[in-house]
Amino acid sequence: MAISKRVVLHFPSRLVEQPIIYKLVKDYNLVLNILKASVTPKEEGLLILELSGAREDYDRGIQYLTDIGVRIQSLGQNIMRNDARCTHCGACVVICPTGALTLDPKTRMVNFHEDKCTACELCVLACPPRAMEVHF
Amino acid sequence: MAKTIQEINEKIRQGKAVVATAEEIIDLVKQKGTQKAAREVDVVTTGTFGPMCSSGIYFNIGHSRPRIKLGGGRVYLNDVLAYAAFAATDLYLGANALPDDDPRNRFHPGEFNYGGGHVIEDLVAGKDIRLIATAYGTNCYPRRKLETWINLKDLNEAVLFNLRNAYQNYNVAANTSEKTIYTYMGVLKPHLGNINYATAGQLSPLLNDPYYKTIGIGTRIFLGGGTGYITWHGTQHNPHAPRSENGVPRQSAGTLAVIGDLKQMSPRWLVGTSMLGYGATLSVGIGVPIPILSEEILRYTTVKDEEIFAPVVDYSEAYPGRSSEILGEVSYGELKSGKILIQEKEVPTASLSSYPRAVEIANTLKEWIMKGEFLLTEPVAPLPGVEAGITFKPLNERPIEDNRRI
Repeated sequence: MAISKRVVLHFPSRLVEQPIIYKLVKDYNLVLNILKASVTPKEEGLLILELSGAREDYDRGIQYLTDIGVRIQSLGQNIMRNDARCTHCGACVVICPTGALTLDPKTRMVNFHEDKCTACELCVLACPPRAMEVHF
Repeated sequence: MAKTIQEINEKIRQGKAVVATAEEIIDLVKQKGTQKAAREVDVVTTGTFGPMCSSGIYFNIGHSRPRIKLGGGRVYLNDVLAYAAFAATDLYLGANALPDDDPRNRFHPGEFNYGGGHVIEDLVAGKDIRLIATAYGTNCYPRRKLETWINLKDLNEAVLFNLRNAYQNYNVAANTSEKTIYTYMGVLKPHLGNINYATAGQLSPLLNDPYYKTIGIGTRIFLGGGTGYITWHGTQHNPHAPRSENGVPRQSAGTLAVIGDLKQMSPRWLVGTSMLGYGATLSVGIGVPIPILSEEILRYTTVKDEEIFAPVVDYSEAYPGRSSEILGEVSYGELKSGKILIQEKEVPTASLSSYPRAVEIANTLKEWIMKGEFLLTEPVAPLPGVEAGITFKPLNERPIEDNRRI
């Protein structure tokens, strides 16, 4: 069974200079799409990937990452809406490039679809009451 | 069938007043007809919630021992500069004020994460605010430095006093340039990437009483979660703007100056707001009740989004250059559909004004009136109307010659 998931990888500094992504492709047959990368030599690295492949390969790949010390988070956890601050104005819906923020045409409330969020963070500063928060 | 405000208030006191929101009244009149609805309905409630920059608070902190004269000194509240130019302990804080060390737009677009609007929200939320002041010292007010926490509950008076709120209609903002621009109308993507608008449309107070026949000076309103009053017409009040046949202005027109006791307001309705690349401000919740004194007044309240038009203005060129050129006119019905056709391009739309919050305000006001907690007031004077002959003047710049003395 094929699977496709978006994950956030945190690399400790000792792993930053290793070809880990290469191994995911070569040894685990995974197709990957890099959504965001922030790697500073000798410091922590952060990578947001969309990983696709056979279920078995995916699980083995994740196991490999965990074993070598990469911390893994699923993407939905990282961009959060602070519901106490969101006023449902809707300024974000034209800013979000993936359709993760949409307006309900009936209630005119803003819906946040976490599964569509690629953590590009464009909404964070475009939100007037600053309701969108990054938790990496 | 003409009713008076006193008659309506009598029904409110008895818990018998019939109240509808400006949204509900549209269908209600469609079902019952204007005549019957005008007999039955006593009040229509309106609401709007959005960033309103010309807002602020004044307050009195009480006298320290020994005394200090803040007037003419410098006062910071959570590092945000307040206006200290009154007597010893009176201060004003405007929504757009910023800390001295805020980088502003030095790195464009500036973030403006904390300014006057945010201090106001924190204060009304009951949080302690850090006040740091310097003054010059006098015989009667010898102290020159003051550093203290202040809290809303300890202030003698704390009053929200907004110079211009609740704009009757407003520009719809677009960007035809090659670059993203950061404006008070939000982030506007290049090549007409998006279009932003900023009123509650059919629920907005002044769009439901387009000629200010009931809304006037002294009108009691919902303000910031509490009650307040209209004190005057707001700055830039321009009743003379072009109007549709239904009386509704086709561009920004009337405005309100409002006042109310901050101590009974709530941070849900006074929200510190950051406009990327523009500045810090305050989102304000306002709701105005409209007494249904006649069929004519009722008819105005039945205005629908489809019947309210606004100009699309290019904020990359026409607006900053103060040109009156517009890209077209659209209705709020079209804007609320999520996309509009402009210059043969389908452009996604977004609002800066929260419609769900506007609905909540209109419903809250309705509830207050139905419970008998909120009585209507008779305006003590009308707002200047079309007949007032006001012209909205631009600044006529006059160069200052080197040798001219004041």
